[in-house]
Amino acid sequence: MINLTINGHNIQVEEGATILEAALKADIHIPTLCYLPEVQAIGACRVCLVEIEGNRNLQAACVFPASEGLVVHTNSERVRAARKFSVEMLLSNHPMECLTCARNLNCELQKIAEELGIREVRFTGEKSEGHIDDFSPSIRRDQSKCILCRRCVTVCQEIQSVSAIFAQGRGFETRIEPAFDASLNDIACTFCGQCSLVCPVGAITEKEDIDEVWAALADPTKIVIVQDAPAVRAALGEEFGYPPGTLVTGKMLAAVRRLGFDRVFDTNFAADLTIMEEGNELLKRVGEGGVLPLITSCSPGWIKFIEHFYPELLPHLSTCKSPHQMLGALVKTYYAEKAGINPKDMVVVSVMPCTAKKFECNRPEMNDSGYKDVDYVLTTRELAKMIRQAGIDFRNLEDETYDDPLGEYTGAATIFGATGGVMEAALRTAYEVATGKTLENVEFTAVRGLEGIKEAIVPVEGIGEVKVAVAHGLGNARKLMEKIKDGTANYHFIEIMACPGGCVSGGGQPIPVNNEIRRLRAKALYQEDRSLKYRKSHENPSIKRIYEEFLGTPLGEQSHHLLHTKYTARSRF
Amino acid sequence: MAVENQCCCAKTNEAELYPELEKIITEHHGKPEDLIMVLHKAQNLFGYLPRKAQEMVAEGLGVSLNEVYGVITFYAFFSTVPKGRHSIKVCLGTSCYVRGGQRVIEKIKKELSLKVGGTTEDRRYSLDVVRCIGACGLSPAMLVDNDVYGRVKTTKLAEILERYE
Repeated sequence: MINLTINGHNIQVEEGATILEAALKADIHIPTLCYLPEVQAIGACRVCLVEIEGNRNLQAACVFPASEGLVVHTNSERVRAARKFSVEMLLSNHPMECLTCARNLNCELQKIAEELGIREVRFTGEKSEGHIDDFSPSIRRDQSKCILCRRCVTVCQEIQSVSAIFAQGRGFETRIEPAFDASLNDIACTFCGQCSLVCPVGAITEKEDIDEVWAALADPTKIVIVQDAPAVRAALGEEFGYPPGTLVTGKMLAAVRRLGFDRVFDTNFAADLTIMEEGNELLKRVGEGGVLPLITSCSPGWIKFIEHFYPELLPHLSTCKSPHQMLGALVKTYYAEKAGINPKDMVVVSVMPCTAKKFECNRPEMNDSGYKDVDYVLTTRELAKMIRQAGIDFRNLEDETYDDPLGEYTGAATIFGATGGVMEAALRTAYEVATGKTLENVEFTAVRGLEGIKEAIVPVEGIGEVKVAVAHGLGNARKLMEKIKDGTANYHFIEIMACPGGCVSGGGQPIPVNNEIRRLRAKALYQEDRSLKYRKSHENPSIKRIYEEFLGTPLGEQSHHLLHTKYTARSRF
Repeated sequence: MAVENQCCCAKTNEAELYPELEKIITEHHGKPEDLIMVLHKAQNLFGYLPRKAQEMVAEGLGVSLNEVYGVITFYAFFSTVPKGRHSIKVCLGTSCYVRGGQRVIEKIKKELSLKVGGTTEDRRYSLDVVRCIGACGLSPAMLVDNDVYGRVKTTKLAEILERYE
């Protein structure tokens, strides 16, 4: 252990800790901007400067190691002046369009300017040329707002192993962008949106579809149907002041009805359907000697990743569409017929924790209903904005429930939102379908949690040992793909989610996200799972009914047509 | 004059150089840490770094093309545009700077409609800035290929450049 003094307090920390970590331990706040716990500490922004006795220059607390006997001041006149200087320099090259910015009131630069009491920017002059890239359906970049903190570059390169963006040029001309000034739409970007989650300012955001959805809601000729993914209900509350991990399903449903949506269905219903289809696909591949390991296909960021970087492994992917696309196709066929609504008058809106799903719903093959299966995808953040725009008092809403017949769901479906959830849900059903016996302990804890790659072996009578693996974050996915390529991945089934932590910390979720928040959101979903009457997808009465009334059997002709899809090999560049 | 100092690559068909690049990349296969070294060799080969060469380097070393381009655009040494038959280097060292080097640059930029680091459309000239060529007594100075010109007057520029076909 190391002893040091910060602002006169004696603090003990472990060897290797930084001054910032030591200060945090003693509840001493040091402002930071480019620093991002678990991802990046590079001392670039010069906002976390502190004074260290015996050191001529001020030092960046996020990278300076604590050592025995160090005497640190975080609140001297010199420190405050230096921090102010750093932030004023950033502001001198910032458009200051706070009032019309997508990150207004949720911006780290704005917050720091306020904290430091900046009342004027003493430096004026030329501003960097910044252009807007809004060509992709998922991500919007506004370079004029970029402060070059490089958090997006680090998360894209080191966590996701994609490197879609990099610092181009030098000095005043530095831009964070793809090679050759390309748009994200034209390169190997997965649209996972993790960059938008870590951007401290409004330089990278989702491409908003709010106006389009308002227009649909205002159109009296349209029946507007909304569905939401499980991860949304575990995080939306944070936008309205609830602590992370608060499940707000009932209030969210009340809110979307007040926004004017005509029907409220649950993507969880389609998650149960995914398990029926994918579980049977697994058993079929195991039984018939098909391509193994089978890999899940719920995460559109992951799909685009494998299409760009491992097209030769596409036969491993399950052909199942992601749950919200399944639901979209069913709403415009099964439900349209049942309710006597012409599908051309329907608008399906998915509220997702995801930016990649905006791209997914625009894929040309996603129109098996004869129409665009899902018309718009809103992120959790966009839904929160709409609720605020409508002046809805979210916290005082009475709980409401989903509409029939596409609203009933099981615990297996709701855990889709956390890494390992799809695997656990699939095992619950595959086990019972394969053995005909009741699974006593439905909780497969080995596939839960935030370890990068999780493995488990499940003995299933009649099949033997079923080997499974779960990866979250595309860097971990890449490791598993390399194992498949060199023949050392002897798994039957792999679950992959593009975002670290799974959908609970998807690119469209409330900001900020860190491992503690990931754990709390996932915990909320596992709690809901335990509270539900049905915890296995095949026990969902509405699922049984839709197979009887409409789909026939899993992997049958109707399922094949509406619920399954195909993939496209794409370039690495 | 000074034709012998021209870069040889301008005469070669670019497509013929790719197998050569392939050989270089093979020596550094899967080594992202060799990126700058390989880019140096590639630029020596082509005279600049064409997009296809950048893609081959990215693929061979296991680096993203976006990162390769980031490194290329960071270092002034690397160029993504082909160099002209004649290189104009204007000195902006302290002495030349105070004696009007910047005016020389502005004049060339305007006359040839090109940017610093760029090449004219007919590939006749490329323009670069250098910091001190050791001819401070002759400032403002510039180099065209390997010929040094001192006390350059903007009014005489056209006449000098005319000599280089």
